[in-house]
Amino acid sequence: MGARVRSAVRAGLRGLCLAAAGLAGSITLFVLSVLSIVFVLLGVGALTTPWVLGLVRHWANWRRVVAAEWCGVRIPATYRPFPDDLRGGIVGQLERCRLMLGDPATWRDLRWLLVDMTAGFVTAVLPAGLVFYPLEGYAIAAGLWRVFTDGTHVGYWYGFVPISGQGTALLAALLATALLVTGLFTAPALLRVHFLLTRSVLAPADGELAERVRVLTETRRDAVDTSAAELRRIERDLHDGAQARLVAMGMDLGTVEALIEKDPARAKELLAQARQSSADALTELRDLVRGIHPPVLAERGLGDAVRALALRLPVATEVDVEPAGRADAPVESAAYFAVSEALTNAVKHAGADRIWVDIAHGDGMLRVSVTDNGKGGAVIGAGGGLSGIERRLGTFDGVLAVSSPAGGPTMVTMEIPCVLS
Amino acid sequence: MRVVLAEDLFLLRDGLVRMLEAYDFEIAAAVESGPELTKALAELDPDVAVVDVRLPPSHTDEGLQCALAARRARPGLPVLVLSQHVEQLYARELLADGTGGVGYLLKDRVFDADQFIDAVRRVAAGGTAMDPQVIQQLLSRRAADPPLGGLTPRELEVLELMAQGRSNAAIAGQLVVTERAIAKHTSNIFGKLGLPVSDDDNRRVLAVLAYLDQGR
Repeated sequence: MGARVRSAVRAGLRGLCLAAAGLAGSITLFVLSVLSIVFVLLGVGALTTPWVLGLVRHWANWRRVVAAEWCGVRIPATYRPFPDDLRGGIVGQLERCRLMLGDPATWRDLRWLLVDMTAGFVTAVLPAGLVFYPLEGYAIAAGLWRVFTDGTHVGYWYGFVPISGQGTALLAALLATALLVTGLFTAPALLRVHFLLTRSVLAPADGELAERVRVLTETRRDAVDTSAAELRRIERDLHDGAQARLVAMGMDLGTVEALIEKDPARAKELLAQARQSSADALTELRDLVRGIHPPVLAERGLGDAVRALALRLPVATEVDVEPAGRADAPVESAAYFAVSEALTNAVKHAGADRIWVDIAHGDGMLRVSVTDNGKGGAVIGAGGGLSGIERRLGTFDGVLAVSSPAGGPTMVTMEIPCVLS
Repeated sequence: MRVVLAEDLFLLRDGLVRMLEAYDFEIAAAVESGPELTKALAELDPDVAVVDVRLPPSHTDEGLQCALAARRARPGLPVLVLSQHVEQLYARELLADGTGGVGYLLKDRVFDADQFIDAVRRVAAGGTAMDPQVIQQLLSRRAADPPLGGLTPRELEVLELMAQGRSNAAIAGQLVVTERAIAKHTSNIFGKLGLPVSDDDNRRVLAVLAYLDQGR
């Protein structure tokens, strides 16, 4: 019973908050949006509209967050992302305005503002009323009725009960009890109705699917870009490195052939040079192979590959590996390079003197965390190593989280869905 | 001296056979897969095995696993492991039993036939042959630590060669100094690192390697 009362009171308070904030916020934003969009025709609006619509999106996102937190109603946000190369200044703002007005999600937002200030208000205020209105009924029965009437005429209406004396005041208490009982049993459900209403207006019919398509398109583009860049790098490395050395070696050997009888000493010198070229070519190929797919990863899997990597670091690194099986080769490779990048960051930028790597598998997820005791302040920025990891993991629906307060410690966590074999 | 050789690439196997025969080794068997290697090691009782890390059928670290298993069955069986890449992780596994007779070299080292054959002989005699790259990795990560930081450049040079498994005579030859000078350097090194001095070359190497690898 205590739990029921608590959840009903909580639903009432939340409903009250939603009703009050919703009414004020949604009306203001709706009026601003309509004005701003109308003024687009005059030109001025094109500059203010992205700003106003941005506020609307924040407002709707706040509602999405509380819907998930309070009632477990998930409302996907399906705004189209802006292109990365959007220009700054007025031109960029005009472009942004055009993109936002062309996004169906924007028009859904505006429709939702209308619904939120009407039906949304009613569904939010209802649980609040059922929980808090009875308090007034009890107050009247307890004696507050004397303020409204001297007992000879109807001085006040509590709901549909006319208050004219102690007798009717008790009737008010009866009604209050009925309302309160109803409220106790229905308030949380009513609040949920409010959010379901919100979802029906805000989420597109195929929202989750559209979102999935968007994510897949983006990650596929990233994957293709990354692998093309990798191939270019490998081509360049081979061309300038091993290939060139083999050419030099062939030339030296040709010269040796010509010199071997005339000038044996010089021939011997060239042979040594050819041997050095072949050794250098091997070293270069070895480094190249390590960058494509580290041999230990192929031979032993992720755990030992990370251990071997840790042994190469100049910083004391503890590696803890839990999973017994092996993930698919592409997943292992992505995880390995992600860990490698995180370790490089920890050594190069964090100034850490201890690092911990944890690899575990559970609930169909490979979880890797890299923690260091360095100075913190790492962020997932555009073009940085961490955003590279994020893109790489995205191909596998993996996610990256970074916790790095100034002063440290930094913890980089990755999760990749996969099964072990 | 009888050798069992395991290498899956024909060209390399053939080259190694010819090189070893040229230096008067007897090739007891030259095999190309893990199971064949296990069988040859168990049946032929060679003086030394020269093994590639990556072997069929799994093409993972099958050669290393076979060698480790054979050493468990016959402790101290001399094994020289060759690889396209060297990892401290594997070196540590090879050295773990502390009995010596272990080598771990990059395949590139066969370019220098004399040094390579020297390594094979050293391993066959129960000594150690660690690739310079492994030693450099070990040294570079601990270079700043107090006891190592206290060594003179010359002592570091000697330590590096010693850790590879070279004898005092070999180190003296390489650095072009007398053996007596090297002996002085080594006793200084052992003193600074706080290791017990030992006349036995092999025990000395294992102590140094264990020292370099500790605290990890």
